[in-house]
Amino acid sequence: MSTETNTIEQLANREYKWGFVTDIESETAPKGLSEDIIRFISAKKHEPEWLLEWRLKAYRHWLTMDEPRWPNVHYSPIDYQDMIYFSAPKQKKSLTSLDEVDPELLRTYEKLGISLREQERLSGIAVDAVFDSVSVATTFKEKLHEVGIIFCSFSDAVQNHPDLVRKYLGSVVPPNDNFFAALNSAVFSDGSFCYIPKGVRCPMELSTYFRINTADTGQFERTLIIAEEKSYVSYLEGCTAPMRDNNQLHAAVVELIAVGDDAQIKYSTVQNWYPGDKEGKGGIYNFVTKRGKCVGKGSKISWTQVETGSAITWKYPSVILQGDNSVGEFYSVAVVNNYQQADTGTKMMHLGKDTKSTIVSKGISAGHGNNSYRGLVAIKKGATNSRNFSQCDSLLLGDKCGAHTFPYIEVKNTSSKVEHEASTSKIGEDQIFYCKQRGLSTEDAVNLIVNGFCKEVFRELPMEFAVEAQKLLGVSLEGSVG
Amino acid sequence: MLEIKNLHASVNGNEILKGIDLKVNVGEVHAIMGPNGSGKSTLAQVLAGRDTFAVTQGEVVYEGKNLLEMDPEERAREGVFLAFQYPVEIPGVSNTYFLKAALNAIRKHKGLEELDAVEFLQLVKQRMKLVEFDESLFNRPVNEGFSGGEKKRNEIFHMAVLEPKLAILDETDSGLDIDALRIVADGVNRLRRKDNAIIVVTHYQRLLNYIVPDVVHVLIDGRIAKSGGKELAFELEEKGYDWVKDEVEKSAVHV
Repeated sequence: MSTETNTIEQLANREYKWGFVTDIESETAPKGLSEDIIRFISAKKHEPEWLLEWRLKAYRHWLTMDEPRWPNVHYSPIDYQDMIYFSAPKQKKSLTSLDEVDPELLRTYEKLGISLREQERLSGIAVDAVFDSVSVATTFKEKLHEVGIIFCSFSDAVQNHPDLVRKYLGSVVPPNDNFFAALNSAVFSDGSFCYIPKGVRCPMELSTYFRINTADTGQFERTLIIAEEKSYVSYLEGCTAPMRDNNQLHAAVVELIAVGDDAQIKYSTVQNWYPGDKEGKGGIYNFVTKRGKCVGKGSKISWTQVETGSAITWKYPSVILQGDNSVGEFYSVAVVNNYQQADTGTKMMHLGKDTKSTIVSKGISAGHGNNSYRGLVAIKKGATNSRNFSQCDSLLLGDKCGAHTFPYIEVKNTSSKVEHEASTSKIGEDQIFYCKQRGLSTEDAVNLIVNGFCKEVFRELPMEFAVEAQKLLGVSLEGSVG
Repeated sequence: MLEIKNLHASVNGNEILKGIDLKVNVGEVHAIMGPNGSGKSTLAQVLAGRDTFAVTQGEVVYEGKNLLEMDPEERAREGVFLAFQYPVEIPGVSNTYFLKAALNAIRKHKGLEELDAVEFLQLVKQRMKLVEFDESLFNRPVNEGFSGGEKKRNEIFHMAVLEPKLAILDETDSGLDIDALRIVADGVNRLRRKDNAIIVVTHYQRLLNYIVPDVVHVLIDGRIAKSGGKELAFELEEKGYDWVKDEVEKSAVHV
């Protein structure tokens, strides 16, 4: 017995490597939430009147809503008045190039392994970095501008492309959609904005890095991606946060709109927020609403997520398949260790004819972690000849963790086809022994087996990030098998 | 190379090995035969370091070192290889990737440079030919969806790539048809060298027609009841295991 159990105990003893705090002067709103705070945020960002109204409407609606209690996660009530809703690194003037960014901040990104300069020079990936709530620098803006792509911070988009923002903001996730989306709509401070014009294939991967630095801050960013006819974009977000004893809330909203026919958006997430310590103290509450809408015929939206961090994850990246022949995909790896909890999955809403969706979910539970897959496949009456394939696999490391699956299926016509496969397995002592007998350490053996288990998801990630995800998985489970 | 002295091992309190003595010199091939349940596979697994079995007495010296104190991966890196009776499937992990990781772990331990992808492929192509291994199985996940015969051949292929000093083949012949048996045996014969040793654990004599052993041991009820040359294997094939059992009982009475 011993090998396996020891292994798992040790794996559970990993440490969070990104838990440093950056010493930067920041401009912070007082704690608490009120209409005045919302006016403060809006004024700070020089927002137009309509947006302030939009925020206030969302806030008033939020006041009437209750926090969702149906997820299979447990936590003490959140005091929404004991939180800071706006924090920005203090800057003297607006930035025109990376050289003007606070060097302390740039060093933080280097620690994270995303030196903006490196990224700029070597990999040709455009990065928009969000620090606490404000977008710090967007690299490669010029180059993208040449092909007509807009990639900038959300605040910039509000100033420079107000018509696009006004047209699409809230069109996929309405401000009153759910408790956390409403909160985000009221107080969101920044995020990323991306617009791909007709016929343009984005020449590079676009990327955002989020980081929560200031204590007691919530991070409420908003991402909006719009793809016109026959355009293509691949987008990646990554996230980290310092170690703190208290819990911090991250309630983001991401909206993807494949407007035109044959438009394609691929959205990949590598989420590594601070998961709390070994006893389950601290960590990020990651309560996020992500949804895409395939409006155009034959358009496609694909979500790939690797979730290794956060104390609690509550997120269901979904696709509304409105255009005929449109395609939705969801590939997910969710890892929980120690006392982490995850309730994650997807919703595929088939409205158009001949629409197709694929769900591949891989849940890995170690330590005292609790992992739930929750997914809805809804095929409406008009969505004739539609298809869905779902596969939900769970892997258990040890005997104190849990894996749950809650699939919901609704089919309202007779010409569609839905397939669901599920499996739960324990990492086998015989598998580990086999690897060890070939010379591999227990740790390498577990990594190998877990990576093999996640392969179908990893191969959906862009190359550079697949490597990063594999490493992250290794770190996440470090020491959990000895 | 290997010296086993009075080795006792048990699982869940049941003693399975009841005092094994065995000496294997470099360059030799030993066959261990015996009826079902005599402890053949237990011996193979104890040598590889499987912790399901508790060693209660005795010692095992390998290349002058105490083998029983070493972790399974350390034994592997020191050149001990077990061809599994039931090779394990590792879904999603390609045979290529797995073997490269294994070979480099062993090379690192020996203080050698790790091989890059190109060097590794060159080595592997050559070894694949040596043991007549099907290239299509090379890029598939480790043993996943392999037939019984393919799994056994994959074990011999692993052996060809990792080049162990001491290889233990645990019933590698079981489940093989006659053609596969010949291919596996030919592979093993090509890997037989003056500077390594092989222990072949088998129930049947037929494998020993192809892999000719220097010494044959008969394991009965956790003890080596009889040792001899290759002709002992033929005798067993002809008469079965009972006469050895009888002999053991008689000698026990005399003592």
